[in-house]
Amino acid sequence: MHIEVTGLNKHYGDFHAVRDISFGIAKGRLIGLLGPSGGGKTSILRMLAGLETPSSGEIVFHGRKVVGLPPQERGIGFVFQNYALFKHMTVYDNIAFGLKVMKQSKALIRERVLSLVALTGLAGFEHRYPHQLSGGQRQRVAFARALAPEPQLLLLDEPFAAIDAKIRQELRSWLKETIARLGITSIFVTHDQDEAIEVADEIMIINKGRLEQKGTPWDIYKHPQTPFVASFVGESTIVEQVARLKGFESADARIGTRALIRPEYIEIGKPGEFRLASATEPAVVKQLHFRGSAWMVEAQVGELTLITYRSLEKETLHPGEEVRVLVHRAYLFNEGESWIMENGLKEDPMPVHI
Amino acid sequence: MRRLWIGLTYAVFGLLIVIPLARIAVGAWAEGWGGLSAAILRPHALHALGMTGLIVLIVTVLNTLFGVMLAIYLARASWLGDRLRRLVNSLVDLPFAVSPVIGGLMIVLLLGPQSVLGAFFGSLGIEIVYALPAMVLATLFITFPLMVREVLPVLQELGTQQEEAASTLGAYSWYTFWQVTWPSIRWGVIYGVVLTVARSMGEFGAVLIVSGNIMNKTQTATTLVYQDVENFNLLAANAVALVLAAVSIALLLLMEWAKTRRGH
Ligand SMILES: Nc1ncnc2c1ncn2[C@@H]1O[C@H](COP(=O)(O)OP(=O)(O)O)[C@@H](O)[C@H]1O
Ligand SMILES: [Mg+2]
Repeated sequence: MHIEVTGLNKHYGDFHAVRDISFGIAKGRLIGLLGPSGGGKTSILRMLAGLETPSSGEIVFHGRKVVGLPPQERGIGFVFQNYALFKHMTVYDNIAFGLKVMKQSKALIRERVLSLVALTGLAGFEHRYPHQLSGGQRQRVAFARALAPEPQLLLLDEPFAAIDAKIRQELRSWLKETIARLGITSIFVTHDQDEAIEVADEIMIINKGRLEQKGTPWDIYKHPQTPFVASFVGESTIVEQVARLKGFESADARIGTRALIRPEYIEIGKPGEFRLASATEPAVVKQLHFRGSAWMVEAQVGELTLITYRSLEKETLHPGEEVRVLVHRAYLFNEGESWIMENGLKEDPMPVHI
Repeated sequence: MRRLWIGLTYAVFGLLIVIPLARIAVGAWAEGWGGLSAAILRPHALHALGMTGLIVLIVTVLNTLFGVMLAIYLARASWLGDRLRRLVNSLVDLPFAVSPVIGGLMIVLLLGPQSVLGAFFGSLGIEIVYALPAMVLATLFITFPLMVREVLPVLQELGTQQEEAASTLGAYSWYTFWQVTWPSIRWGVIYGVVLTVARSMGEFGAVLIVSGNIMNKTQTATTLVYQDVENFNLLAANAVALVLAAVSIALLLLMEWAKTRRGH
């Protein structure tokens, strides 16, 4: 189902929770709503579902205006954050609920429920009650229950939040595959950027009730359009006086400019490891942290502390050691604008404006 | 120290409940089975017990319906507005705070033959005060908080998510109530019913005022006990009281059972 939202607002009393949000979603896409807690993600999802009435704005599903339609008539499936399973019903009856409401025949219900049970890997658990299931199993029951009436749009509110890290990983890829296989338009909410990047075709970053940016994970990572997006997605260090870094002297041209530098923008190594020694800067290794697949290095450059990673394959550094760093690029921003600047000594003398 | 407290608890329990109960049983048995059955089988005693039974039945049905409905409105109807709901919520407790006698008096003042409403119904040939309707009203007033206070917390704890889930699955409110909400509040309602039955069976003050305690007409079991005591007919008083006590004990056991099931 194609979805078009324009000028969506939600007030709770005096509190403006969702601010003038507009977006469109093509049929069959899997969208991640990403942002910090309290940003308004759940409110947006609930308005799409009809569980909350927008203060203003338009929601159109497949050409049909749905504001004012109750949830029963929107053809959606909703997976609640804590699943909201019917606790006095078995797994079978939970999944069958939506089909019974539609007054389908017993045989048809049975067939559909059993196929969903198989799809969600719950075979053998049909007669259990929700309290007899693990978190991951409950999540899958909620998913199967929402899918049973064949909704046109699936909405999931932090579907993995209550699940152990290990199983979460499995469930994520399972969910992504299953949704792709069914081809159903889906929106899921998360405050975990890894989850959004891994699962979603497209991400919408929501902060303080506003839509900061919408795009593919790669787009958002590569071309953040606001400082918030840049700092929220990926790791980063904020540098106040970026002009002190070699190759970024011209960054001072506009007042109030600050820089956001990601670990992967920085290369660190012994003096001999660099081809372009002129662009590098002397630094001292402040601290080393082992991060499983790499060393995280805190390097002191003048008064600045930069954070970067160093491959385990390369020669290990030591605290106090004198090294060189090369800052490839920085994400610069001031009050009104943001742009990416490449290291001027490296190659291109002109900064890239976006 | 702990022993002392436990002993004291039992002593108070015995003093307040067991000894009076035993006294009633002994008193009712003073002339053996014959005296007991004769006292209960007096025509006006049977009428009084029947009256009590009828009031209990009507009040329990009405209180269950309206109590559950009001609890649902208080817990779910956000369109009512917070302030109105808070106001109604505190009004529900009014009967707990007001003496039953005063409750009865209010009914007499509002609906008695001298009042505007009472005169209006009187002209239609409907008796309210000193008749069954006022007795039902008075008992309803006394028992009203019981059902709401049992069901409202259960509904609040249950939350709205299961009901919202049902709505996204296409179910409308009536279906959702019976399939989703009712199974969760069922034991709370049953507990409320038991409390209502017990309380309405035992109500005395409010009923005495609005009924006028007319033998064979508006006399109930409790007001009959009162009249028998006034007439120094202690055997009869004990006999009727024993019947009430027996039903109460049965209810108490039922209540215990309902309480253990309520958690499920
Ligand atoms: N029913 C409500 N009444 C009042 N405030 C609410 C209500 N629901 C959400 N809010 C507020 O709106 C903001 C956004 O909430 P929510 O949509 O749940 O954000 P998120 O899902 O991104 O954490 C929060 O500050 C929250 O306190
Ligand atoms: Mg939320």
